[in-house]
Amino acid sequence: MKPNIAQLLLGLVLCITVLLLSIASPFFMTWDNWRNILDQSALLVIIAIGMTFVIVTGAIDLSVGSVAALSGVCMAVAMHAGMAVATAILLGLAAGALVGTSNGLLISRLNLNPFIVTLGTMAVARGVALIITKGIPIYGFPAAFIWWGSGHIGALNPPILLAILITLLGALVLNQTKLGYYALALGGNEEALRRTGVAHQTYKLIIYVICGITAAIGGLVVTARLNTAEPLAGSMFELDAIAAVVLGGTDMKGGRGSIIGTVMACLLLGILRNGLTILSIPSYYQQLTIGIIILVAIIVSELRLKNAWEND
Amino acid sequence: MAQKQQTANSEPEPVIKITHLSKSFGNIEALLNVSLEIYAGEILAIVGDNGAGKSTLSKLLSGALTPDNGQIMVGDKSYSSMTPGKAISLGISTVYQDLALVDCRDVVSNIFLGREPVYAGFLVDKRRMQKEAAQVLQDLQINIPSLHTPVGLLSGGQRQGVAVARAVFQGGKVIIFDEPTAAMGLQESAKVIKLLLKLREGGLAVVVISHNLHQVFKISDRICVMRHGQVAAICETKYSSPKEIVGLIMGAAAGV
Repeated sequence: MKPNIAQLLLGLVLCITVLLLSIASPFFMTWDNWRNILDQSALLVIIAIGMTFVIVTGAIDLSVGSVAALSGVCMAVAMHAGMAVATAILLGLAAGALVGTSNGLLISRLNLNPFIVTLGTMAVARGVALIITKGIPIYGFPAAFIWWGSGHIGALNPPILLAILITLLGALVLNQTKLGYYALALGGNEEALRRTGVAHQTYKLIIYVICGITAAIGGLVVTARLNTAEPLAGSMFELDAIAAVVLGGTDMKGGRGSIIGTVMACLLLGILRNGLTILSIPSYYQQLTIGIIILVAIIVSELRLKNAWEND
Repeated sequence: MAQKQQTANSEPEPVIKITHLSKSFGNIEALLNVSLEIYAGEILAIVGDNGAGKSTLSKLLSGALTPDNGQIMVGDKSYSSMTPGKAISLGISTVYQDLALVDCRDVVSNIFLGREPVYAGFLVDKRRMQKEAAQVLQDLQINIPSLHTPVGLLSGGQRQGVAVARAVFQGGKVIIFDEPTAAMGLQESAKVIKLLLKLREGGLAVVVISHNLHQVFKISDRICVMRHGQVAAICETKYSSPKEIVGLIMGAAAGV
């Protein structure tokens, strides 16, 4: 894989941040703390990889946070109704796929604006989650379910392994399959893809379904970790995910993107949050710092692209 | 009847035979009862004023538009409509005026866009794509420094080359060029013209939609003049003159 400048830069920032934090705090470099960082970042990685596919097509999916909440609620209700854990999880994932399908159909068949469509489904999914729970969190699940949030597999846990698995799958699909090629072509020049006779609308639909499913897997992780299905869970997830994707070097205009970049950006955000907390810096400053980093990332990537086009 | 048989014997079968093709947009008849034959190994130029129906005709052939009436016969099968996918699979490829390239993707991805070979069922065979793309470009003598350059960074002529390579790679028997040199400098135009002649040499049917009569006379074998959505005349280039063609485009009586 060709390394691109955005990712090299991101790697550099990542290294410097780690170096500074390990000098600043003796706790930072402990395995317990790193496990904590990975555990905290896993959720964002899972959701941001689905988001990478959508953003690569030049679109956006604002519904992922609500989908995470809705799928968690569906799993909770199913389990409380006596369903097996596996069935309940599949039901929750199906809910995510359903919202993704609706997004995809509305956007690809009716040619509606992704921002507005997913803004709508964001409210719909959240509304349904609130209606099902009457606004009250559902808690207390079988151990087999809680395992998905806080079990142990060797030194790692299921969310981290899920994140690793989804990263590998995502990188494979984006870089090595037709779906990935067409996702990038959709973002670069949809009309060109249409004229080659490819079923571009179907590929678009699949991409929103993928994003819905990764959001639902995020919902599984959140719900299992807290042992609670909170209808208001996952608000602002969409913004974190979008920030991570852009920070990772994926072009908001579509056509260019990187799964590895997204994962690196998720780690950077996780490390920063963790480091600022360890250093007991108030959370207001965390918001500020992360906001500034995102702005700088966008400015750098825009300048880089502009140079690339002009120098040749 | 006897005469017709004679020509059928002495001349090859057309690759595409269009009969009575019509297309209207609302009240405007963009194409009216157009019949045309396209042969292998020829360059057929389609000329006409703006709005004469040139682009509509090419879009019906490439599947971008659906005809209201008429048939498109490819080989011995007749079709009443096309889709982009069907046209390409029947061997009708189009190099669009805007080239329809994905600027941020590299040369190889663009040449194979929509027909990426796969192995193990779902993995794109990058090595094979790389090899075949290099071969196609070499065969067409299209010089592109690196196959991994995003096509947005290439010059106009190189971009055209990528679009042509894609059309050839699609296995086209007929390649339609919509204003191939409209946005090009002299040197680049010359290269594109060389490319068109090379395609004809290779036995393909080449259809060129053009405004540039000078160029049309330099390269074409036949000229189809369109006017008000109809075929005003089809002339053999060597027996015609720019003056006659201009007259036909402007609406002078045929045969002048």
